[in-house]
Amino acid sequence: MKIHEYQAKQLFREAGIPVPEGIIAKTVDEAVAAFEKLDRPLVVVKSQIHAGGRGKGRFKEHPDQPGVILARSADEVRENAERMLGSTLVTIQTGPEGKQVNTLFVEQGLDIAQELYLGCVVDREAGGPVLILSTEGGMEIEVVAHESPEKILSEPFSIHTGLLGFQARKLAFKLGMEGKTVRSAEKFLCQLSRFFIDNDCSMTEINPLVITGEGDLVALDAKVSFDDNAMFRHKPFDELRDLTEEDPAEVDAGKADLSYVKLDGNIGCLVNGAGLAMSTMDLIQHHGGEPANFLDVGGGANVDQVSEAFRIILADDHVKAVLVNIFGGIMKCDTIVTALLEAYEKVGFTVPLVVRLEGTNVDIARKMLAESGRDIVSANDLTDAAQKVVATLSS
Amino acid sequence: MSILVTENTRVICQGITGKSGLFHSQQCREYGTPLLGGVTPGKGGTEVDGFPVFNTVEEAVEKTGANTSLVFVPPPFCGEAIMEAADAGMELIIAITEGVPVFDMVRVMEYLKDKNSRLIGPNCPGVITPGIAKIGIMPGYIHTPGSVGLISKSGTLTYEAAWQLGNVGLGQTTAVGIGGDPIIGTTFIDLLELFENDPATESIMLIGEIGGTAEIEAAEYIKEHVTKPVAGFIAGKTAPPGKRMGHAGAIISGGSGTADEKIAALEAAGVVVAESPADMGAAVQRAIEAAK
Repeated sequence: MKIHEYQAKQLFREAGIPVPEGIIAKTVDEAVAAFEKLDRPLVVVKSQIHAGGRGKGRFKEHPDQPGVILARSADEVRENAERMLGSTLVTIQTGPEGKQVNTLFVEQGLDIAQELYLGCVVDREAGGPVLILSTEGGMEIEVVAHESPEKILSEPFSIHTGLLGFQARKLAFKLGMEGKTVRSAEKFLCQLSRFFIDNDCSMTEINPLVITGEGDLVALDAKVSFDDNAMFRHKPFDELRDLTEEDPAEVDAGKADLSYVKLDGNIGCLVNGAGLAMSTMDLIQHHGGEPANFLDVGGGANVDQVSEAFRIILADDHVKAVLVNIFGGIMKCDTIVTALLEAYEKVGFTVPLVVRLEGTNVDIARKMLAESGRDIVSANDLTDAAQKVVATLSS
Repeated sequence: MSILVTENTRVICQGITGKSGLFHSQQCREYGTPLLGGVTPGKGGTEVDGFPVFNTVEEAVEKTGANTSLVFVPPPFCGEAIMEAADAGMELIIAITEGVPVFDMVRVMEYLKDKNSRLIGPNCPGVITPGIAKIGIMPGYIHTPGSVGLISKSGTLTYEAAWQLGNVGLGQTTAVGIGGDPIIGTTFIDLLELFENDPATESIMLIGEIGGTAEIEAAEYIKEHVTKPVAGFIAGKTAPPGKRMGHAGAIISGGSGTADEKIAALEAAGVVVAESPADMGAAVQRAIEAAK
């Protein structure tokens, strides 16, 4: 689960991690009031969406308007906020459709001496969390990793102790920090590592992390995402979720415990298991079709979940044909067919349906399909299924 | 011969009184697996469908002589259940549970460091040595005894591969699902080593997916250490970046972990990579032919 920058910074503040002073604004008037209240010569007005690259991003409605601006007067704040609020920001991470900006974060401007990059992730190879630090603040870390990997320092840390003081100092000295800044870095890095562990984060990124003219470290940006599987022990975080940032169909799917990702094609897919679902998409493309979605009904889906899955797939009006590919293990093939026939009644199939079944109770399931009298195309294996579903589109 | 599951395997199920735990314990027993009972704290002394239930894994080991545990415990308690199994001296722990928090797995892997237990999973279909024993949720009938060692990150894709191998007349020595989570107990490399050293295994099929670098490390290992023919498949060639495809591990981030990158690494290591998921059985045949 991703959260907004302003929410992440609020959590940072509570955890004792230094952030600039800032106020959220949902209207132009609130943005201006925030400027007055901050009472600083310079503020930064930042669009709040769940995507990076906002500074370089531009609005669809106002092609010259950046997603993050500096302002020195109430009028400047007003003019910019008017163009930003309610408009659609397109950044390198949003895709061409962009994301609507509903909230601005107005922050004090800082006296910046240096910009760094700081990240925390769980490293599969190290088998635990790792803190990543680089002098190349403000740049995409993937680009730095590609072009100048020597500029990236990484330090694994224990989930029991967090990053230890000496580990933080080691990093600080390697980056050429001195005096007061070393102490500030030690405190900042250790607290951030604890934050990462205590909140079951899957990723925390501060880019840039700045060293002020005073020599203090402050999180100028904050990107935090949590491990969805651990959210049962962080109930208060439920409130931080912004459903307007997510695809409504993906939200519905999540409620039904289905894993759904919308794609650009026109062949709807219903598959059990993530690997098989991805492979089914691959196979459709291999035979010249374009999948409309990834949908994994999971291992133990029931009739209601499968009906919901069909409803979600068919609600996408790009879908011109549907392919069901089930290899029953826990999931019994007859369960799928029962649901499929029920959904056929309830949802009303107006597009061709190709079904490939194998696994537990496949004989019962095939018999049910054959006897249903429905216009459902049966496929014998994967290739047959992909070819048949692609063929329905060209006929 | 085979790996992991042998004639000496004796199994108990942690979480046997749950719906999935019981159903699959019954299925395993029906297949012929010596599944001797289960553990549910607080329900010790009772019985479910002929399976004795114990309060602790330690007690289950004492009473049944089990050396393998099949774990169906719900996600919030699964990490601890794995540690309990290790503490009780289980040689093999197979965790089926999906949705275990990543940090719980970090703790589990730390705990297992000085134990003699091997963990498979979590979030995996389990292990089967066809004809001998099935410890997991895979449908038994699709796996036929044979000479291919099958290793896979994905559950249903393993079934697909096993099915295709059967159709081309190649069965498996052992099929292992390692799970698609970021942190797992047993890796591709661990199993490549076991299959390389297993005399009954004549060829190996490795099924990976997008995300992470495990397949690339496996490719390096194959190049250096594996003499048997290897075929491979990578799922997610057409998956868009930044989207998580079901498995917590299956996400392409920052342009790394793509299928193309993994396929190139495997091919460079001499692995015959299946062109499509429908080509997995045939790819193993081609790998065997090429090695002749």
